[in-house]
Amino acid sequence: MENDIGLWGVPLAVLGGAIRVSTPFIFVSLGEAITERSGRINLGLEGTLVFGAMAAYAVAVETGSPWLGVLAAMVAGSGFGLLHGWICSFPRVNDIAVGIALMLFGMGLAFFFGKPYIQPSAPNLPAIPLGDWSSIPQVRAALNVNALFVIGAALALFLWWAFKNTKLGLIVRVVGDSADSARAMGLSPTTVRLFATAAGSALAAVGGAYLSLYYPGSWNERISSGQGLMAVALVIFARWNPLGCFAAALLFGGAGALGPALQSVGVTQGYYLFYAAPYILTLVIMIATSSPGRQLAGAPGELSITK
Amino acid sequence: MADVTASDVPAPLAPPRLAAALAFTARRAEGIVIPLGALVAGMAAFSVFLLLLGKSPAQFFELMWRGGFGSWFSIQNALLRATPLLLAALCVALPARLGLTVIGGEGAIVLGGVAAAAFGHALSGLPYPVVILAMGLAAMAAGGLWIGAVGALRHYRAVNETISSLLMAYIAIALMNQLVEGPLRDPASLNKPSTHPLDAAYRIGPMPGMDVHWGLAVGIVACVACWVLIDKTRWGFAARVAGGNVRAAQIQGLAVGPLIVGFCALAGALAGLAGMFEVAAVQGSANASLAAGYGYAGILVAFLARQSPLGCIPVAFLLGGIAAAGGLIQRRMGLPDATILVLQGMLFIVVLMSDTLYGRFKIFNPDRWARA
Amino acid sequence: MSHSLISRRTLLKTSAAGAAFGAAGLPFSLRPARAASATIGFIYVGPKDDYGYNQAHAEGAKVLKGMSGVTVVEEENVPESVDVQKTMESMINLDDATLVFPTSFGYFDPHMLAMCKKFPDVQFRHCGGLWHKDKHPANAGSYFGYIAMGQYLNGVVAGHATKSKKIGFVAAKPIPQVLNNVNSFLLGARSVDPSITCQVIFTGEWSLAVKEAEATNALVDQGADVITCHVDGPKVVVQTAANRGAFVCGYHASQAPLAPEKYLTGAEWNWATVYEMYAKHLLAGEPLPNFTRGGLADGFVKMSPLGPGVSDAGRKQFEATLAEIKKGGYAVIKGPLKDNKGKEIAAAGKAFPETAIELESTGFLVEGVQGSTS
Repeated sequence: MENDIGLWGVPLAVLGGAIRVSTPFIFVSLGEAITERSGRINLGLEGTLVFGAMAAYAVAVETGSPWLGVLAAMVAGSGFGLLHGWICSFPRVNDIAVGIALMLFGMGLAFFFGKPYIQPSAPNLPAIPLGDWSSIPQVRAALNVNALFVIGAALALFLWWAFKNTKLGLIVRVVGDSADSARAMGLSPTTVRLFATAAGSALAAVGGAYLSLYYPGSWNERISSGQGLMAVALVIFARWNPLGCFAAALLFGGAGALGPALQSVGVTQGYYLFYAAPYILTLVIMIATSSPGRQLAGAPGELSITK
Repeated sequence: MADVTASDVPAPLAPPRLAAALAFTARRAEGIVIPLGALVAGMAAFSVFLLLLGKSPAQFFELMWRGGFGSWFSIQNALLRATPLLLAALCVALPARLGLTVIGGEGAIVLGGVAAAAFGHALSGLPYPVVILAMGLAAMAAGGLWIGAVGALRHYRAVNETISSLLMAYIAIALMNQLVEGPLRDPASLNKPSTHPLDAAYRIGPMPGMDVHWGLAVGIVACVACWVLIDKTRWGFAARVAGGNVRAAQIQGLAVGPLIVGFCALAGALAGLAGMFEVAAVQGSANASLAAGYGYAGILVAFLARQSPLGCIPVAFLLGGIAAAGGLIQRRMGLPDATILVLQGMLFIVVLMSDTLYGRFKIFNPDRWARA
Repeated sequence: MSHSLISRRTLLKTSAAGAAFGAAGLPFSLRPARAASATIGFIYVGPKDDYGYNQAHAEGAKVLKGMSGVTVVEEENVPESVDVQKTMESMINLDDATLVFPTSFGYFDPHMLAMCKKFPDVQFRHCGGLWHKDKHPANAGSYFGYIAMGQYLNGVVAGHATKSKKIGFVAAKPIPQVLNNVNSFLLGARSVDPSITCQVIFTGEWSLAVKEAEATNALVDQGADVITCHVDGPKVVVQTAANRGAFVCGYHASQAPLAPEKYLTGAEWNWATVYEMYAKHLLAGEPLPNFTRGGLADGFVKMSPLGPGVSDAGRKQFEATLAEIKKGGYAVIKGPLKDNKGKEIAAAGKAFPETAIELESTGFLVEGVQGSTS
């Protein structure tokens, strides 16, 4: 067989999987990084992601344009973000709890309005064939990269730069590190956080659009297996660094591809444990890189979860 | 009542005993009136949602009442669904007193269930109380180790407990599947891989006079015990101090490490116990059905109860009743099952928003009654 | 034909139930009268439009909605826990259901059995073939279809379509029903060309979209060019495989609309046959069979119409094999046959037709399947 790539299939699958599976994690974790950098936590991005997946799919079905779907997801996502930001602007309201409530609400609305869209097929987002130089179809498939992945990578780079070098980045960071000094500078922490949450949620919804419009590319109630929740956790893992979020998402996606790839070359024992590889790997890295001395370096000072 | 005439000297409005009683009631009433008001507001918001869809809110709430609360059958249905939520909620509420957000109780539940099933099968033949006790202890040990590890990682390695507990929940489910389809599998469980079934003699039955198993009683007792632990003992006091400020607690000489690990382990042990009841009272063996999402529902209950162990009891009952009515609403009104999720989400949001109202109403604050 | 084992006890009991029914309309009737109407409950473990297992049942239920005198009540996304027990109870108590179909495999023990004891006058029929007259209550019962034959026909068509001589199977869990399907799929393909191999990947869950997509990609990466599956909702597998340019064979329901060019055929349930039969018995006040099984010949299972990717030779062999199967007694697992670890499963001359009891505890993958049962 000329296209038999044997054991090379494993690293290739991990690479391809990293690219295919990671995109939702990239968008959600970048979005959450913006929100958390402003000193607020939005645990509800799983709900936003699922609603984004539904909204994108529904609009793509109705209009025939997947990009309009992505846009719709962003609009819907920022709506959820504004709601979260608005509710949390009241004194004594717990942002983590509001996140959980919105997770439920977002998923509920998505399933509720998504029923009629389970059956129809939506047009998919286009892919960029970065692997055309290769004659091996598996390599071409692995490097068949969706535009959203490229946008996500660029966004990670941009945010990393913007947090350091732009006025807006500085504003977000000041508000996140100390509300008092922000106020002293004449900034309104509430307003900044409101928009940071809205922006973060809009990105998370794009992650959902990727799920429903590209990979796996269909809408149903089981489309997300906790990507939104996990991506929020990855932000803390990545220490609020956008480049770290990107790397963590790639690592997580690649590890997730390990299970099926190993089975396809004959390593079949204990596949449940291989499937748990992303979680085990993340936990091990977290334990290895944390130490009691430096408590979460880089954590925004106002974040309730790290106080 | 709040509009008492302004006066510099607080004048007694009523004989001292009555005033004291009024003041007592008023202070307590705040914690009941505000959430109830929020629930009503949430239902009103949901009614608007239904009206926009052209459905009848009256029919909806009538069915909700009938399906979840309106008859002995419905009440038992609600209680049965509330049962696993009580212990799962404590797995969130206890660490919350230390300022920890643990969201991985699901892992402790499934491992507790597996441990209970394994011990229950292995000890088959011994007297009933011995086996039940052993199953309970095994489940508590498994759950306690799992969440206790989360606490230990938090304190000794500064690993964020929210992520680690979530990761460990996924790992626990994988471990459960591996065990149930591997070493612990009953070869006779052909198309639904399960552990060896628990002998019928060791099942936990319903409580007298009702169709709800003993897990409910244990859950309520656990909630009360946790309330006593937190509000009435020095450990609970120490935990609250540490939850407020770890450094202050350390300066006061509190052993923060053992406190965190101990509270987390207890929280996990209780969730493990929930898994044991799932096996011994419901499923009869451990299998993939153990991961039914009770751990995640418990997060909801604990946050809605504002992390109060006693508050978990009515909240779990309320959510149990809503879930119980869900089927009826699906069948009678042709609404999708997700309707219940939307309602829960709305109620939850409004109740959380009402947190901001505490302390704002003079009526609940006797100290301010006399002052303008 | 279907194997109906009706115990005497059941017969008496159902007649009694029928009488109680009839009594509502004709209070003084002495013999079991026709029930004027009946409420039948259906419970699904997932969404009823999943392009798969649940949709297949919901399509059957839909046929009953058109029958006069039948009221259908349905609930979807019901977990295999106390939830399903309470759903059954609620259907019986609040909707007056007298026949309940809990359709998911995991609903049987302990959930449905507990309800059977609690409501001896209500009939319960479970999808999956677990009921045994010595072990289980008389108001319970099972129905199931021999769908592995459908996977065998999928394999026949796949055998003609594959160029790489490698086909792929995305499976949920290594349980007998799934293993029978995997084995049949490969043996069907090997009836065309004995050099064909089949790679199987287990996802570990009945419904997990991203993992199913990853498994499909891994299979295509390893050279498989015809893919089928046994998961609750095949939509993701079918779409992913078709996008990668592989042919697909469907399962549970027809997924042809999802990939009209790449869809070869599919093994579908045809539950309407079973549900109509039960409903007619119920309305007539007759006892319901406790144990019903059937295959392609009995209309319990059907094949999707062949797609444009099927060659003439493929079509010919498909139709000939289907005709052969419909005659009855056709055996897919027949000697000489070894499993993929080299152990003999059937000696020459030994054959296990679809009705063979041994196939209900299949724990092996046949020679030529790459994968492991644990």
